[in-house]
Formats: sequence, structure tokens, C-alpha cells
Amino acid sequence: MSRVRALPAGIWEFVVGDDWRTALGVVVALGAVALLAVVGISAWWLMPPAVLLLLALSLRRAIGA
Amino acid sequence: MSSGEVGLVVSVILACAVEAVEALTIVLAVGTTRGWSSALAGVGAATLALAAVVAALGPALTALPIGALRVVVGGLLLVFGLQWLRKAILRGAGLKAKHDELQTFAEEAAAARAAGGLRAGFDGYSFTIAFKGVLLEGLEVAFIVLTFGANQHDVPLAALAAVVAVALVVLVGVAVRAPLARVPENTMKFAVGVMLTSFGMFWGVAGAGASWPGDDAALLAIVLAVLLCSLAMTRGLRTRSERVLLAEGASLAELATQSAGAEPGLGA
Repeated sequence: MSRVRALPAGIWEFVVGDDWRTALGVVVALGAVALLAVVGISAWWLMPPAVLLLLALSLRRAIGA
Repeated sequence: MSSGEVGLVVSVILACAVEAVEALTIVLAVGTTRGWSSALAGVGAATLALAAVVAALGPALTALPIGALRVVVGGLLLVFGLQWLRKAILRGAGLKAKHDELQTFAEEAAAARAAGGLRAGFDGYSFTIAFKGVLLEGLEVAFIVLTFGANQHDVPLAALAAVVAVALVVLVGVAVRAPLARVPENTMKFAVGVMLTSFGMFWGVAGAGASWPGDDAALLAIVLAVLLCSLAMTRGLRTRSERVLLAEGASLAELATQSAGAEPGLGA
């Protein structure tokens, strides 16, 4: 792999790791909290179940792999 | 010390100690097999590179508006934390091999011997392996130091905690002159995963514009909830894997062996 391609691949691996779906889920969940905050709803309650769901799904994928 | 500062110190020390044990294993294997001067030069170069990363990015991070900083850092910590936690849960449940420092040491030492080309003077192999090992293990720690430090507006405290953890691991490593195989690495990784996930959730939600009930006190409840749920997932997965093994005809003695080896720290 050339160094030009290796750098972004290395950064992706460092930040996102081996489960991009979990990273995407975190972004979506935080985005939903931010959107609800814009309309005046303090949606702190959204994050704990979202995080536990993401962890459970990630474990399920790892076991199935 | 506030709960945030305590969390910062505990998280940095645990994460740093875990990564330092892994880096020390690599350096010990190369140093004892091929000689110390080039290996230590690699360690020094990697340490300087890590210090440069912290010095360059630290002030830049602390200059960001707190809301933007918290949502970005919270999201990154959540992604990091969930990865650490997933791996620790799988190891605790016996579904993933535990990190074995003695095995890593043996593999690195064999590779160092097989590399050949050992001459007096500078040894490029030792330098490169030691540099890569310390840099790669250190980058994650540098990230944790920066993000926790920036959020608490106390990068120096985070850096100090990291230095203390590394110094302790190195001192013990030098004293015993062997890989630190008895460090409960999985338990420490599990704890770091819980802390990163909890802080990530706390800061991410606050940065996204929502308020936690009880403000900072909510952090303790979050840590406890993440810890209990993760332990429950570990237990559930271990029970499931034992059932599968039983269905496949494993003996009770084999199950006992798997169970004893699977969870040295999570239950203890």
C-alpha cells in the first residue's frame, strides 16, 4: 500500500476501528440528541439505551463473525 | 479534586498502564535479544514524537469552544470506549483470547532472532520495532490524555497521570526484567472501556445541547450503569458459550478450565 493511501487507512483504523457501524451509530445518536435540543427537548435519556444497544449489536456481530 | 478530575486521573493511569505494559513487552523482547542501545534509542524517539503530538494538539484542542469540543471528543471517546469494552467483554466471556504478555514476548523475541543481521553499533531492526511499539501503543494514550485533559481544562494533570503510570510500569519492568504477565490486563481494559464510554456519553450529550439531571453527579450514575450492564453482558455471553460447549459435548472439567481462564479480573 502506498504511503498516500496508508495514512488515511491508518487514521480510519485508529479512530473508527474494526466496527464502522458502531461509530456511525454514535454519530446518529449524538445527532438526534442535538436535533432534539434545538427544538427545546433535553434528550439526555436517549443516549444510555442507544449506547447499550450499539454495544449489544457490536457484540452480536463479533460473535457471529 | 472534582469527580471529573478523579475520573481523568483514574482513566489516564489505567489506560496508560495497560499500553505501557504492552510496549514494555516489545521493548524487553527486542532489547534482551539484540541489545539495548538501539532499542532504547527507538523508545526515546517515540517518546519525543508522542510529546510533540501532545504539545501541538493540546493547546489547539483547549482553544475550541467547549460545546463543540465536548460533542466531538464525547463522540470519539464513545467510539474508543465501545471498542475497548467489546473486546474486554468477549475476553471475559471466554470468546476471545486474552492478551498474553509471555506469548507476545516469545513471539517478538523469536522474530528478533530470526531477523538476523546483528552488527556492532546502530541496529535498525531494534530501533524500528521499539519505535513502532512505543509510538503505536502511546498514540491511544496521547489521545486519552488530550481529550480528557482538554475537557477538564487540565492537560498538565492528565499528562502527569500518564507519566506516573508509565514510570511505575517501567520501574517494575526494570526490577523484574521480565514481561509483566501478572498485570490483570483484561480487568484494566474493561475498566478503561467503562470509563471512556461513560465520559464519552456524558460529554457528548452535554456538548449536543442537552442537560443531565443532577449535572456532574450524573456521571457517577452513568459509570455505575455502564459497569453493571457490561458485567451482565459478560455473564450472559459466558453462560451462552458454556451452553454451546456443553451441547457440543465438552466435559464439565473443560468448562471449568475455560471459565477459570476466561475471567481473571471481571469476577475478581
